[in-house]
Amino acid sequence: MYEMPDKKGHFGPYGGIFVAETLMPAVTELNEAYQHYMKDPDFIAELDADLKHYVGRPSPLYFAERWSKELGGAQIYLKREDLNHTGAHKVNNTVGQALLAKRMGKTRIIAETGAGQHGVATATVAARLGLECIVYMGAVDVERQAQNVYRMKLLGATVVPVESGSRTLKDALNEALRDWVTNIDNTFYIIGTVAGPHPYPAMVRDFQTIIGREVKQQCQEMTGQLPDTLVACVGGGSNAIGLFYPFINDASVKMYGVEAAGDGVETGRHSAPLCAGRTGVLHGNRTYLMADDDGEIIETHSISAGLDYPGVGPEHAWLKDIGRAEYVNITDAEALKGFHALTRLEGIIPALESSHAMAYTAKLAPTMKRNEIIIVNLSGRGDKDMQTIAQAEGIEL
Amino acid sequence: MSRLKIQFDALAATGRKALIPFITAGDPNPEFTVPMMHAMVDAGADVIELGVPFSDPMADGPIIQRASERALAHHIGLRKVLVMASEFRQKDKQTPVVLMGYLNPIEIMGYEEFANAAQQAEIDGVITVDLPPEEARECVELLKARDIDPVFLSAPNSSSERIKKINTFGSGYLYYVSVKGITGAGHLDTKNVEKKLAEIRENTQLPIGVGFGIKNAETAKTIATLAEGVVVGSAFISKIEENLGNPEKAKTDIVELIKSMRQAMDS
Repeated sequence: MYEMPDKKGHFGPYGGIFVAETLMPAVTELNEAYQHYMKDPDFIAELDADLKHYVGRPSPLYFAERWSKELGGAQIYLKREDLNHTGAHKVNNTVGQALLAKRMGKTRIIAETGAGQHGVATATVAARLGLECIVYMGAVDVERQAQNVYRMKLLGATVVPVESGSRTLKDALNEALRDWVTNIDNTFYIIGTVAGPHPYPAMVRDFQTIIGREVKQQCQEMTGQLPDTLVACVGGGSNAIGLFYPFINDASVKMYGVEAAGDGVETGRHSAPLCAGRTGVLHGNRTYLMADDDGEIIETHSISAGLDYPGVGPEHAWLKDIGRAEYVNITDAEALKGFHALTRLEGIIPALESSHAMAYTAKLAPTMKRNEIIIVNLSGRGDKDMQTIAQAEGIEL
Repeated sequence: MSRLKIQFDALAATGRKALIPFITAGDPNPEFTVPMMHAMVDAGADVIELGVPFSDPMADGPIIQRASERALAHHIGLRKVLVMASEFRQKDKQTPVVLMGYLNPIEIMGYEEFANAAQQAEIDGVITVDLPPEEARECVELLKARDIDPVFLSAPNSSSERIKKINTFGSGYLYYVSVKGITGAGHLDTKNVEKKLAEIRENTQLPIGVGFGIKNAETAKTIATLAEGVVVGSAFISKIEENLGNPEKAKTDIVELIKSMRQAMDS
């Protein structure tokens, strides 16, 4: 029986709590609240009601028939997280954490964001609950995701462009941690992925496992069996762990996490710490990350802002080491091909992040038998990426 | 016995308090650091905290962040900082040097290799901002076995339970972060510091160094009446930043600020 993390938040050697002393009381308080409310029937009922009526769950499992036929192998099903309110899986977690913030009496919400999906999902729930919301976003990302910045502002959030370091997601996280340390008494930090100090990796996972739990039931109903293979993209890894986790004890189910290879892992310009990184400590947890010999964090590259992060959730590090999940990578160019395939064959425009999972599925499916089933997490919709894709393909909008 | 213990004992014997300046190694350039360290000692510093540049300094305000970025532009990492520390030690056998930084450079080097290298460079203490006692056992044991003091931080919101835990793992001195927030920020509330230090002393015999928010001779003097050590960082680094075109001027300004603090603390 797989049971992770331990009481101190360790997944084997990974995870843990690596934060400045000022944050320790906040992390402890959060952990106590999380342990308490996850067992509180009132809280769970409120969360379930919100997921159903506000997020629009359950999200469909969709049989991609034309795409499966075209690839000529396994039958491909898409978990339609793109159909959630706000257009991605991120909202599953922000709804949960915001309810927790409310119960803890916190009045101010902060968040970091890369692609802007988590920022939008946070600003959305903050608006609904009437909480002040500040979103930190790397200045580079502010530029490439202008539409999401505008959405957050419309929702009443303050978006703070972060100009330090590489001006991307990792720097936004640093800045959010600095805010939290300064405003610890009234502030709840909604981390968007399965990283950070304990309890975040476990808590965000628990809020995202709704994906895998639904898939398990839907797959049974539609096909009468367990899937053979699960595929999801991995930046921090929240949509992937949400899909994988309920299947961890089903040994026959293979799992593939797809990292962003950017220009190609061999070029060094990528965001694939599990495939080509080393273990270290960043943002509150021990995990695989991209660092040089001095331990300085290396700047990452990916066409997808949501995958442009030098670390990865500690549970993925553990699943890699024990061989339960396999981690692979897809370049920017391959992701774009995956993007077009799904768009043209199924009439579904995937996010660039999810397109990495699509591209790997396109490699995998033809190697599998026709009676085998792949479930791929369509973690978000691609509307936010029109500008980036047009630019990458030399088209002026 | 570690140099930190010797130094704090000697100061206590004469009723003086430790002035502990912090600078980031390699800022504004690698040649600046070692002569600056000597000059700080000549001006009245008792212990030197030497910042190890890190790409993601999560607990630092903009001033020390920029210091890190300037040093990293010269590719100054942990190994080169250790070289600077040994160079300093060749001429100064007494003044304790405490490395201050983040865990990842030490993780990547490996705890044992780091402990050996720090011993070789005659480092006296190590402050690792993002390594709380809960995760520190292995690293602390390796350091203590080599007479290097692991110095831990405590904060205004640290409970007495936590102070006890910090006291079990830490040695050399206990670093009290005087404001909830990042380096260089906030307004120092000396009444609160006084109250909290009394509480902390119930759970530790270690000398206490107070940092964050001390900017001039006046605040240094006030803190010196409350604690065994006064830690000042951003105020010195601001001088470097104000004189990026003229590091010699930065050095003179820092020396003068240290002298004024020393004088105020001793009067």
